[in-house]
Amino acid sequence: MTFEEKIEHFRTIIDDVSFPTVSNWKEKHPQQKVVGMFPVYTPYELPHAAGMLQIGVYGAGGKIEIDHADSRIQSFVCSIARSTLELGLTERLKNFDALYFTSICDVARNLSGIWQTNFPQQHVEYIHFPQNMNNTSAPKHYRAELQKLVSNLEQLSGKKITDKDLLQSIKTFNRNRELCLQLYQIKNSTPHLLSTYEAYILLRLGTLLPVEEHSQLLEEIIPQVQQRNRTPRDFVRVMVEGSFCEQPPLELMKVIEESGCYIVDDDLLLHTRWFNASVPLNGDPLLSLAESYINRSRYSSVRHYGNNPRKKLFLEKIKSGKVDGVIFCAPKFCEPALLDYVVLKDELEKHNIAYMTFEYEEKMGVFESIRMQVETFVESVMFFS
Amino acid sequence: MSEQKFKYQGIGRDYQKKLLTDWYERLQNAKSVGRKVAYLFVPGNVAEFLRVFDFELVFPEVNALQCGVRKTSGDLILKAEDVGYSSDVCGYVKNDIGMMLQGNIGPSGTEIPKPDLLLCTYCGCTTFIKWFEALAHFYDVPLVMLDVPYLRDGEISDTDRQYIVEQLKEIIPLCEKITGNKFNYDKLVEATKHSAEAENLWVQILHSAKHKPSPFDSYFEAVFFMAPIYVLRGLPECADYYREALKEITERIEHGVGPIPDEKVRVVIEGPPPWPHFRAFWELLKHWGVCAVASSYSKVGGFWDHGFRHDYTQPFESIADYCLTCYTNQNLPMRTELLRSYAEEYNADAIVIHSVKSCRSFSVGQADMREQFIRKWNIPTLLVESDLADPRYFQAAQLKNRIDAFFESLEHKRLVSA
Repeated sequence: MTFEEKIEHFRTIIDDVSFPTVSNWKEKHPQQKVVGMFPVYTPYELPHAAGMLQIGVYGAGGKIEIDHADSRIQSFVCSIARSTLELGLTERLKNFDALYFTSICDVARNLSGIWQTNFPQQHVEYIHFPQNMNNTSAPKHYRAELQKLVSNLEQLSGKKITDKDLLQSIKTFNRNRELCLQLYQIKNSTPHLLSTYEAYILLRLGTLLPVEEHSQLLEEIIPQVQQRNRTPRDFVRVMVEGSFCEQPPLELMKVIEESGCYIVDDDLLLHTRWFNASVPLNGDPLLSLAESYINRSRYSSVRHYGNNPRKKLFLEKIKSGKVDGVIFCAPKFCEPALLDYVVLKDELEKHNIAYMTFEYEEKMGVFESIRMQVETFVESVMFFS
Repeated sequence: MSEQKFKYQGIGRDYQKKLLTDWYERLQNAKSVGRKVAYLFVPGNVAEFLRVFDFELVFPEVNALQCGVRKTSGDLILKAEDVGYSSDVCGYVKNDIGMMLQGNIGPSGTEIPKPDLLLCTYCGCTTFIKWFEALAHFYDVPLVMLDVPYLRDGEISDTDRQYIVEQLKEIIPLCEKITGNKFNYDKLVEATKHSAEAENLWVQILHSAKHKPSPFDSYFEAVFFMAPIYVLRGLPECADYYREALKEITERIEHGVGPIPDEKVRVVIEGPPPWPHFRAFWELLKHWGVCAVASSYSKVGGFWDHGFRHDYTQPFESIADYCLTCYTNQNLPMRTELLRSYAEEYNADAIVIHSVKSCRSFSVGQADMREQFIRKWNIPTLLVESDLADPRYFQAAQLKNRIDAFFESLEHKRLVSA
């Protein structure tokens, strides 16, 4: 199979809302548990240390009709919350034993409550991430939160989770994050070798596989990417911002790229490269995870920044990524992204950096007006910036 | 209610109005008299703590709701949308930003002073964080987070309580630096004593709605009566207010009267009011003789039903508990159970959910609650949608149709079963 054929094959897997990789895994491991991870970032290491399979739950991406969830969640709520609930109500998540939600926004939080009521057979966790990054008690508090998750996982699996298990899982995920980051380094330094459409499929596939399998796949595929024979084009280097939770239709990324952009950085599937540095392997593993979240996470609209304002980190990313312009691409009704937009675009205006903006929904099917917008943006950056 | 018969009627509303007017005037003069200003949110607010340093307190949601009532929110929201805010984000935030862009003239025409400190009490609303991050950007002032964990396990854990206490203690040096006032434990004790006194009185008013007919509307009246407990807590005038307001309610009980001349239907109301159309919404329900005997919105800032009071013997811990238990910080199963129990305790005939687009913290899950009220407990439940700040979302004719149809069918059921 060529690289391109592999990508299209992987796309069929990520597009299949029946979660075939989960059913296959369950058949082979009937006694083991599956945990669904709602975005943006969740501590994947913990269920892994309990011998469970962690699967990203990112809604239905417009692949199913919302028939049942409408009666439980209003229409002014983002697509990912509604389609995730629809996946549950149509029993597509029946192989999942537990679901993790986190304190990213009020919708995700309340969805965890809806889940508790409607799916009593599934274990639901709502994880509180620290928001006061400057407080000296924050690492201790978040460590206690992680310890609670560990205890609940022990109960669910009937297996004691040792520090050794946790360290092994941290190591495994450190390696996976390194590989994911390598894809982003390729995208940034040689964007003609790997499109965001392709990189996204490779990363998204990882949310549906055991992490070891995904790392192995990336180890095999990265050299292939580096050896691709493709000519660089005179494209504008853009950064996509705002798509950190609900995922945009893949066609949208294609349209941006086809319109003359290299997406050299973005915040898609942010958990795959959440930490700026590997989680330390010495010392207390839960404290290491906690301190990494507080001190070494990438910036995101769903994580308070402490003394280091997001707008500053945003500008640093633009500078270090040699970005020509920013495309704000946020899901409709996503308050964290839409509220941040104003502050971030103010900074771009102050620094005379070009930007454009649009919103998307999972069900979006026509992209022609966006294509025209992006083409105009590309021209304006190329000729007037 | 004739003048001769009643001595205290109207006092709750009038006194509250006076206190708020005085407060807005104090805010306007704060800088000129050398007072520092802290902005904070209503839910789980730590007023007692900030009063130790003599901060004047600004509550941006109170400004926003007052703008709504005075029908100025629509223009302010548009102003914020002009600078890039989406039509789909919280109307309170846009109202506040719009107000700031227009010179920060508050709802009563007085100037709202700029903040010296933004203290974001993260009590059940993530949008609060984004809101204050934006204010920190526009005003260029320090933003301090008070991270209040959600009641995700259905009860307060000691870990969460201590976490809040430790954060409060760490904020002290910054408050001292800004105000030049040293932390004084005795002042904190005094403030919590004032709060507990006011809370005891306020709870009596809230519980009075168990009478039949109810002497008090726990939604349409409570939203005015509750203002002092949120914005003046920790001060002696807060308890003074509730002492007077309780006289009005007691007098109503003595005379067997209430806010609705002929109470026909008792309801529990969930969700914030549509401020720009507050009167119109009330009229739609009054038409059917509806009295709200309990509501969740009156507990949006704090929750006293299960016995909580600020406790001067452990002020920090009780402030932490106050933050943790405010209504929006309670998880969805707790909220659902609370409304169900209200229906039972207050002898309500139905539950009315006013779902607002602006506040997803409140609204996501309400449709699911309705399913449970109807299917699990057979409680007639009406869900209507509009907004708390944005007048564009109030569809009067549609709301009237839904409200009329619901209460008509409720009345019909009564007739049939009688």
